[in-house]
Amino acid sequence: MMGGEIMPARVITITSGKGGVGKTVVTANLGVALAMMGKKVVAIDADIGLRNLDVVMGLENRIVYDIVDVVEGHSRLRQALIRDKRLSGLYLLPAAQTKDKTAVSPKDMIRLCDQMRDEFDFVLIDSPAGIEHGFRNAIAPADEVLIVTTPEVAAVRDADRIIGLIEAEEKGPARLIINRIKPEMVRRGDMLQTADVIEILAIDLIGIIPEDEAIIVSINKGMPVALDGANRASLAFHNTARRLLGEDVPFIPIRETPGLLDRLASFIRR
Amino acid sequence: MASVAIKGTRDGLLVTLGEGELADLLAELGERLGSTASFFKGGRVALQVGARELSIEELERIRDLLAQNEVELHAVVSDAARTRAAARSLGLEASAGVSREVRVKPGEEFGQAVLIRRTLRSGQVIQHPGHVVIIGDVNPGAEVIAGGDIVIWGRLRGTAHAGAMGDEGAVVCTLDLAPTQLRIAGYIARPPEGKRRGPALPEVASVKDGRIVVEPWK
Repeated sequence: MMGGEIMPARVITITSGKGGVGKTVVTANLGVALAMMGKKVVAIDADIGLRNLDVVMGLENRIVYDIVDVVEGHSRLRQALIRDKRLSGLYLLPAAQTKDKTAVSPKDMIRLCDQMRDEFDFVLIDSPAGIEHGFRNAIAPADEVLIVTTPEVAAVRDADRIIGLIEAEEKGPARLIINRIKPEMVRRGDMLQTADVIEILAIDLIGIIPEDEAIIVSINKGMPVALDGANRASLAFHNTARRLLGEDVPFIPIRETPGLLDRLASFIRR
Repeated sequence: MASVAIKGTRDGLLVTLGEGELADLLAELGERLGSTASFFKGGRVALQVGARELSIEELERIRDLLAQNEVELHAVVSDAARTRAAARSLGLEASAGVSREVRVKPGEEFGQAVLIRRTLRSGQVIQHPGHVVIIGDVNPGAEVIAGGDIVIWGRLRGTAHAGAMGDEGAVVCTLDLAPTQLRIAGYIARPPEGKRRGPALPEVASVKDGRIVVEPWK
C-alpha cells in the first residue's frame, strides 16, 4: 500500500438519523486523522442548504464553487475541491448554501463519487439528518456506512431506524460510533452504557468518542481536535481511523472503569 | 408399490392416494376394500390426496366407490385449494395438507403463519392476518400486528398486537418481554413504570378475566 499505488477509494457515509449527534464533527475529524496517516481523503458535505462541514473544518472562507455547481455543470470537480491548508492529503467538497437537497439526485452522487475513486483513498460523506432525500443522496454511493449515535434513547432509536433502512438497501453491515459519552454521567449510572447501546443496535462498534470541551472550542476555531494529538477526543478519533484501516485497536476505557468492574463483579456473583 | 395406503386411526380410516392415474388408483382402492370388506364395513374414512387436484365429479366417484363398500367418506385432506373447495361443496370436511402422522385437533388450525428471520428495527412494521413467528428481536419503535398469535424468539421491546382482528384467545410469547406496549384483541397493557431489570425469562401474555396477564413459560 506504499507509494504511488492507485487504489479505488472506499466511499464511507457518516449518518445518524437524529440531528445534533455529531456527524459533521466525526466526518471532519476522521478526515483529518486519516489524512495525518498519509491517506488521501475527500470529505463531501451532503447537507445541501444547511452546510457546515466547511465551518467545522475551517475552510468556509475558501469556498468558490460547491457540489451543486459541479452537478449542474457550472464548475469542474477539480475547481470545487478545496485543499486543506494544514494537511496536504485532505480535501473538501462543500455543500451549497442557497439550494435545497433536491438539487442533487442519488445518481448524481454515485457519478460524483465514481469520478473521485481513482484519485483518493477515502471519500467521506457527511449525511444530513433525517431519512428523506438528503439521506438517500448520501447513502446511494456508499461502500460502507458509519452510524453516529449518542448514548441517549432518542438518538439510539433513530440510529436503529437508519440501520434498518441501510439493511434494506443492502449497504450494510453498518458500523457504530458512539459520540459524546460523558464519563461522569456514565459513572453515576445516569447515561446509557455502551453495552446497552450495542445490545439494542447489534452492530459492530468502531469508535467511542468522549464528550470534550475541546471539541466545542475546535468547532468555533475551525480546527478539528484530531489535528492536535493532546486530548482524549483526538485520541479517540485517531483510534477510530486506525480501526477503519483494519488495525485492531483496543477501546480506551472512558473512566467507565468503576461501572464496568461493578458489572463484571455482579456477573461473577450470579 | 401400492400407491393406495389404508391406515386405521382413532377416528376411523385414513386412505391416502399416492401418485398415478386416478382410474388406476380407484381400481386398486376398490380391490383392497373388496378383499377385506368385512373389516372396513360401517367405518368412516378420511381421504388424503396431497397436492392432487380433484373435481367435484371425481370426489363423487371416490365417495360412491367407498359407499359401495359400506364405508362413509367424511373428510378430505389436501394441499390443493381446489380439492378442498370441491370437498366442501359435497358437504365434506376439508383441511389443508398435514403429514400422515399429524392430525388436526379441534381448536388447532393450519392457517397461514409467517416466519421472519431477522431483527425488526425502529420504524419497521410486520402486519399479517395469521400467526407471526420472529427469530430475532423486536426493537423499540418496531411493531408486530398479527391476526393470530405472536411468537418472538428474541426480545420484545417494541409494540406487539396479537389477535388484532378480535381474537381474545391469541397469545404473545417471547424470550424477554419488555414491550413498549402490548395488545391482545381489544386489550392494551403497558409494562409497569420504572426499571424492570431482572434476568430475562421466557414469558407468555394472554387475556384472562378481561385483562392481559403475563406468566412465565413453564
